[in-house]
Amino acid sequence: MVDYDVKYLKFKTYLNTYCPHCRNSFNRKEKEMDKLKFIGVYKGEDFELTISAYLDVFEAQASIPLKEGMILEDCKCPHCKQSLVTSEKKCGECGSAVGEVIISAFSKLIPFFTCLKYGCEWHGLTKADERRIKLKIPRQEMPEQDQVLRIHNFNEVPYGLTTELALLEAGRCLQCKQPKCVEGCPVNIDIPEFIRLIAEEKIEDAVMKVKETNLFPAICGRVCPQENQCEELCILGKRDYPVAIGHLERFIADYERRMDFRKLPRIEAKNNKRIAVVGSGPAGLTVAADLIQLGYSITIYEALHEPGGVLVYGIPEFRLPKSIVHYEIEFLKSLGCRIETNHVIGYIYSIAELLENYDAVFLGVGAGLPRFMNITGENLCNVFSANEYLTRMNLMKAYKFPEYDTPMPEGNDIVVIGGGNVAMDCARNAKRTGAINVTVVYRRSRKELPARNEEIRHAEEEGIHFKLLTNPVRFVGDDRNWLKGIECVLMELGEPDDSGRRRPIPIENSNITIPCDIAIVAIGNRPNPILFNTTPNLQGNKWGCIEVNQETMETSIEYVYAGGDIVTGAATVISAMGQGRIAANAMHKKLSRPASKTKPKQKPEKAVATTPKPKPKAKSTSTRKKI
Amino acid sequence: MHQIIRKQEMAKGTIVRFDVRAPEIAKKAKPGQFVIVRLTETGERIPLTIADKDSFEGYITLIFQVVGKTTAIMRTLNEGDAIKDLVGPLGKPADIQKVGTVIMVGGGTGVAILHHIAKAFKEAGNTVISIIGAREKDLLILENEMRIISDELVITTDDGSYGQLGFVTEPLQRYLDERYDIKEVYAIGPIPMMKFVCRLTKKYNVPTMVSLNPIMIDGTGMCGGCRVTVGNETKFCCVDGPDFNGHEVDFDELTKRNSMYLKEEKDALLFSIRG
Repeated sequence: MVDYDVKYLKFKTYLNTYCPHCRNSFNRKEKEMDKLKFIGVYKGEDFELTISAYLDVFEAQASIPLKEGMILEDCKCPHCKQSLVTSEKKCGECGSAVGEVIISAFSKLIPFFTCLKYGCEWHGLTKADERRIKLKIPRQEMPEQDQVLRIHNFNEVPYGLTTELALLEAGRCLQCKQPKCVEGCPVNIDIPEFIRLIAEEKIEDAVMKVKETNLFPAICGRVCPQENQCEELCILGKRDYPVAIGHLERFIADYERRMDFRKLPRIEAKNNKRIAVVGSGPAGLTVAADLIQLGYSITIYEALHEPGGVLVYGIPEFRLPKSIVHYEIEFLKSLGCRIETNHVIGYIYSIAELLENYDAVFLGVGAGLPRFMNITGENLCNVFSANEYLTRMNLMKAYKFPEYDTPMPEGNDIVVIGGGNVAMDCARNAKRTGAINVTVVYRRSRKELPARNEEIRHAEEEGIHFKLLTNPVRFVGDDRNWLKGIECVLMELGEPDDSGRRRPIPIENSNITIPCDIAIVAIGNRPNPILFNTTPNLQGNKWGCIEVNQETMETSIEYVYAGGDIVTGAATVISAMGQGRIAANAMHKKLSRPASKTKPKQKPEKAVATTPKPKPKAKSTSTRKKI
Repeated sequence: MHQIIRKQEMAKGTIVRFDVRAPEIAKKAKPGQFVIVRLTETGERIPLTIADKDSFEGYITLIFQVVGKTTAIMRTLNEGDAIKDLVGPLGKPADIQKVGTVIMVGGGTGVAILHHIAKAFKEAGNTVISIIGAREKDLLILENEMRIISDELVITTDDGSYGQLGFVTEPLQRYLDERYDIKEVYAIGPIPMMKFVCRLTKKYNVPTMVSLNPIMIDGTGMCGGCRVTVGNETKFCCVDGPDFNGHEVDFDELTKRNSMYLKEEKDALLFSIRG
């Protein structure tokens, strides 16, 4: 039995041990094998004791016969002949005396204790030492594609942690009693527990643990802004670098996919209730996955020809390979989820029509309407919205033109306006199309860049220029109406505004012109008005988002729920998933109430009053017209 | 997958008419709305206006001119073949009310869309005067269909091979001069035609609607590639249109934006020929 305390040292760790008195090494090479040599004392007689130098191999040889349960009287250093037995500590298993040696772990000398009873196999560290070692392990960096090579392809940039790196990284976790990281996670994944399971090499269990709260770890591990969520609150991060929670999350998900040990979750018996999910982005997929496990029949409606929403059209291939999204969606389909692509809800079916055929509707349509700056020349040729640029590149695979029919905007000098993740995606995408100069223009300073640190770092490595504290005021076109430059004004930072960031103020007469062929406007998205235009009783708020009850995510129309960017405005994938989960729980709660066995549109009291026995659900469903 | 149930070539094969099975879309489609078509896995998404529909038989009619790679491939499809993706109906339907007398002006392929709207105007109880034009006699489409639904029909050809010699603006000006009860003009066709119709009707202060055809990708307001300037405001043609008040549309900008990918269009076509 190996004690958990030294688990993080286990993997391929072979011990370098030293005498605490004379500091000579116990390690001896013997027949190409590393062995530790001591002098044992039993019944007053010295004998030679040889132990394996590997932590997880318990092999001992002695010049006298060793028996199970025999306790050595003493253990001495073969060099200085001093006793190694310490009175300060006892064995954690059997309570017998222990010998103390010094081991070197992560270039630090640490006292290490071993039980003197043969067969007990206990060895360990004190809690304080353990902590010292853990703090000494550096944060494991994820291997990445070479920065010179990667701007010539669209393959994923980080390769993911190897098993060794992941186990080492998992060993860094301090297993806090009151973990702060869980609070930082929008879906409250039990982070210390899943990391503990990784450290114990129970990766299958770790995946199951994560999936209790987050169904798509492969996606979240890649696109979550961990440095502002779980990793920001990690205790290790206060002193050093936080545990790479995101990398570990990605590791277990990739491991599961590579090894193909995915298990089908337990699915409740069908309860004859139908749910329509509008939009197949992160929020919609979460709702579908949650409810299908509870026995609901799910139909997802997607406007584009491929399900996945922003995961497919927005996030580029080199950041989130589309094969991962397909894998997750195929899995949902295998659970029995129906996905109807090419259906724009509002046009083809109204919300009211959906309610006639479904017990509840979830709206996860996202914020898909690009924002523009409303400055002169915005409609010149080669001025794109980030949405258009990314949709062309990702969804329509324009980078493979002319194999794929959608043309790719090409140019030597490309300017991206904005500083978020979408701007980084556009800039890095642009670099991969062969542009010589790609410049990100942002009106605040480097500190305020809203993109993930990793994205900014990757962008800088790939040779993307940052023109900070600069704001475009005019697009300059040539006589053929094509873009040839952007006139910008320099900015300085003033007092902090409501969001806590310092407000940029233009400096007068500081106008400069950046010559460029293509401009991509990546300053955010607004909710799409199609649903509001076609559903008059759907209540919106002043930002054009859907107004919901924050606890249940129910909209102003009963049995219609919403979540994701359509509620919050442009936000993260994981927050959309979090809201999807809240909505799924609320829907289940509402629909599993006895009163909801009647048709959704009828009020429960009325139904009871007119018909003594409420119609069984199964019957009413079968008589309904199928959409 | 949407099956093509009827195919008809018109105007010397430059314009093709498809009846495509799409019962859901047919049930909902209104005049002026469009669909997005994607033919294959590697295909592009192109917008095509719904030229007619039959909700009973469950098909919609698409009439398109062969201009680029996708339409060239579409022309080679036959009855029984299928279109991979068909999204719709998209866009705002045309605003059809009983106003009195309306003039419908159509040119080239625009007549196909015009027919659907003109029919709706007629059914709403309006007096419909139609002026349709083409470059030459053989390129004129839907003459009989337009004749059935119009109270008066004028045909013009650029070379005078059929109907009147000249452009559609000439008979339109005559009508505007002679009749004072024209309440609305609907113009659908090539951009220069719509531009000159609008210039003319502006003089007479007659409300004019045009149907625009900018470059689109998704057709649901997501990409913003189809933005047009209408009354000094940027509008998204796919969700705010495709029909706009013609007096406010910046046609020059639209022409230039539509020519953005001419080179790529040619490359794609060559690629598909050479392989």
